[in-house]
Amino acid sequence: MSNNELTRRGLLRTGAVAGAGVALPTIFTASSAAAYTNEPTGATVTLGFNVPQTGPYADEGNDELLAQQLAVEHLNGMGDGGCLNTFTSKALKGNGILGKKVTFVTGDTQTKSDAARASAKSMIEKDGAIMINGGSSSGVAVAVQGLCQDAGVIFMAGLTHSNDTTGKDRKKNGFRHFFNAYMSAAALAPVLSKEMGADRRAYHLTADYTWGWTQQESIAAATEAMGWETVNNVLTPLASTDFSSYIAPVLNSGADVLVLNHYGGNMVNSLTNAIQFGLLDKVANGKDFKIVVPLYSELMAAGAGENIKGVLGSMNYNWQLDNEGSKAFVKSFGEKYGKPPSNSAQTCYAQVLLYADACERAGTFNPCGVAEALEGFEFDGLGNGKTLYRADDHQCFKDVLVVRGAQNPSNAYDTLEIVEVTPVEQVMYAPDHPMFGGAEASLGECNSGA
Amino acid sequence: MDAIILQILNGLDKGSAYALIALGLTLIFGTLGVVNFAHGALFMIGAFCAVTVQRLLNLSFQTVDETQKDFLGNPLKVDTPYVEAWFGPEVGATIIDWSVPLAVVFAIPIMLAVGYAMERGLIKHFYKRPHADQILVTFGLAIVLQEIIKYFFGANPIQTPEPSALKGSLDIGLMLGFDPNAIIYPIWRLVYFAFSVVIIGGVFAFLQFTTFGMVVRAGMADRETVGLLGINIDKRFTIMFGIAAGVAGLAGVMYGPLNPPNYHMGMDFLVLSFVVVVVGGMGSLPGAVAAGFLLGILESFASTTWATTTIPGINQIIIYLVAIIILLTRPRGLLGRKGVMED
Repeated sequence: MSNNELTRRGLLRTGAVAGAGVALPTIFTASSAAAYTNEPTGATVTLGFNVPQTGPYADEGNDELLAQQLAVEHLNGMGDGGCLNTFTSKALKGNGILGKKVTFVTGDTQTKSDAARASAKSMIEKDGAIMINGGSSSGVAVAVQGLCQDAGVIFMAGLTHSNDTTGKDRKKNGFRHFFNAYMSAAALAPVLSKEMGADRRAYHLTADYTWGWTQQESIAAATEAMGWETVNNVLTPLASTDFSSYIAPVLNSGADVLVLNHYGGNMVNSLTNAIQFGLLDKVANGKDFKIVVPLYSELMAAGAGENIKGVLGSMNYNWQLDNEGSKAFVKSFGEKYGKPPSNSAQTCYAQVLLYADACERAGTFNPCGVAEALEGFEFDGLGNGKTLYRADDHQCFKDVLVVRGAQNPSNAYDTLEIVEVTPVEQVMYAPDHPMFGGAEASLGECNSGA
Repeated sequence: MDAIILQILNGLDKGSAYALIALGLTLIFGTLGVVNFAHGALFMIGAFCAVTVQRLLNLSFQTVDETQKDFLGNPLKVDTPYVEAWFGPEVGATIIDWSVPLAVVFAIPIMLAVGYAMERGLIKHFYKRPHADQILVTFGLAIVLQEIIKYFFGANPIQTPEPSALKGSLDIGLMLGFDPNAIIYPIWRLVYFAFSVVIIGGVFAFLQFTTFGMVVRAGMADRETVGLLGINIDKRFTIMFGIAAGVAGLAGVMYGPLNPPNYHMGMDFLVLSFVVVVVGGMGSLPGAVAAGFLLGILESFASTTWATTTIPGINQIIIYLVAIIILLTRPRGLLGRKGVMED
């Protein structure tokens, strides 16, 4: 005989089973939402801006920070909106990211890999940063990129120009908007050939670390391909302050071009020393002696002062670019801070918007979803013209600027003039290019921190 | 041969800065017995005296030029320095052009005052403390000073160019009978070397030929006895601290055109200068100067292509290598005296 009467015990048992059944999808949803690092659960989402706030690149870091703060304002619907008005993707509405108000924390990289990793780790673990953005060194970028990969957050590199960042050290969680040494060389070489001729002998001074090596390798290969001869390549310690011993032998080396694969204080000092030795006033091999600085930045140009007059180099971006995105950004930045933005500032600003836009399009902060949204993403309106975030290596491809130290700058910001905007097709390369780790280089697997 | 002469010139030039800083360090150590890790910061403050003078001379008033636009498309604000308005464009521009030599005059009282304040305000409290304490406090002071400079002047290098008349280079090779362009050397680097010789000579003459200098030398040899003779040796040593600060500061002022000053330039020289002092012999003024020039020349030769290809990395270690060899063979350094920093 069966007993179909509803008992108190039976009701409780049935209720518990039914409750569990109803709650099951919610449990799974909650479980999957918590399955990535620093999932934002409140009304805000926190971004981590890791820039040099002390040390020799502190001014550049400050410029990056200003740009990132501006980007946060624009994301939250404040200010004039900047590039949100010109960005071809219309996913961002000025109401934060995915409806959450954007806040930020900052870290000081000190331009030291260990300090940068420590500050990034602190922002991720203590402050709950969902992504890390910024920086002014390739060594730092590679180190922090590795940390973010392991921690399961997105890393958007700032000013890093070494081929390795998106070459042999590329990571699935890491992205670079800035251009690289190969692109600089590919853009510069034809202009050098046109302006200086195809029969030149180059002497290289190269900063002895990852960026210097890849820069030298790239520019030597590109110039040799058009007929130049590399007479010598001298590695200089990164800590060098005076380059007179390295510059002095150049004139008697048989070279007629000096290539300074230096950045920051190294570049300012080596260029100053080269001008002191009167290299630009000399004639070698029957030709006027020339100096090339493959990577320029506005702040370094300001540091080098009059010494950069007529010296060719390359840049990722310059505020004088005449496109709608650039004009919107310069207006927004200039009116707020009273000066035009540097190219590192523009990169950091663009990266914040790109990250936010990818979250909106992916509909999640999950780094794997964000990475997927960024991969192969084509856009315009952020200042550089048409740009592609290539899926194979997470490197942005866009036009590259060849610039020259202005002969007669009319103001403090007019130190560099754009010589040529090299089309992106000219600076493209295969993802398995030997200078970028070859066929063995791999992004690896995405890590969401689960 | 021309390459050798070129590197000797380079070495003398590098050695000038080392010798001037090491001379000041040795003066302080020899008189007060203090290991001053803030000495590099004094060199840096000197360089920023030149930056300050340059900025003072460039103080400007603004006029709006409607014909030109700034980066935002607004009428350009043109800066006109007051000195150009007061003395005329040409004279004003010349005064600004000579800002670095003018800064020497400005830096002397400033550096003496900074040195005096540093000694009276902080370092005198550490005379009887162990050297480790002195190193810690002066190193901390150096960091504070460089952060103050960074706060006011930023982290980016700031150009302080030499006067136009002293720009460019001389073809020394041509004067010596070599081919044109064989030995090219910048004029300001020759000026810097000559300047350092004058300063070093001046310090030695001051110590050798004045009564004040005689008392200081006596105090360096036997402080107690000089004190027992009723001479206030502490006061004289304080003045020597100011002079040492002045020497470092002047070295910094004149160094600006060689490499643009930045807030951490003192730290770049500090360790090297201590090596120079140790190699020269702790407390030995001639030793500091000789070691400064010697290490400068060796560093220069180690940076040549021939040296770096023969022994890769030799340019980075040469100074420390020489220091090890000298200390192994002459533990007191080149001209060190017995009993200095020895129990």
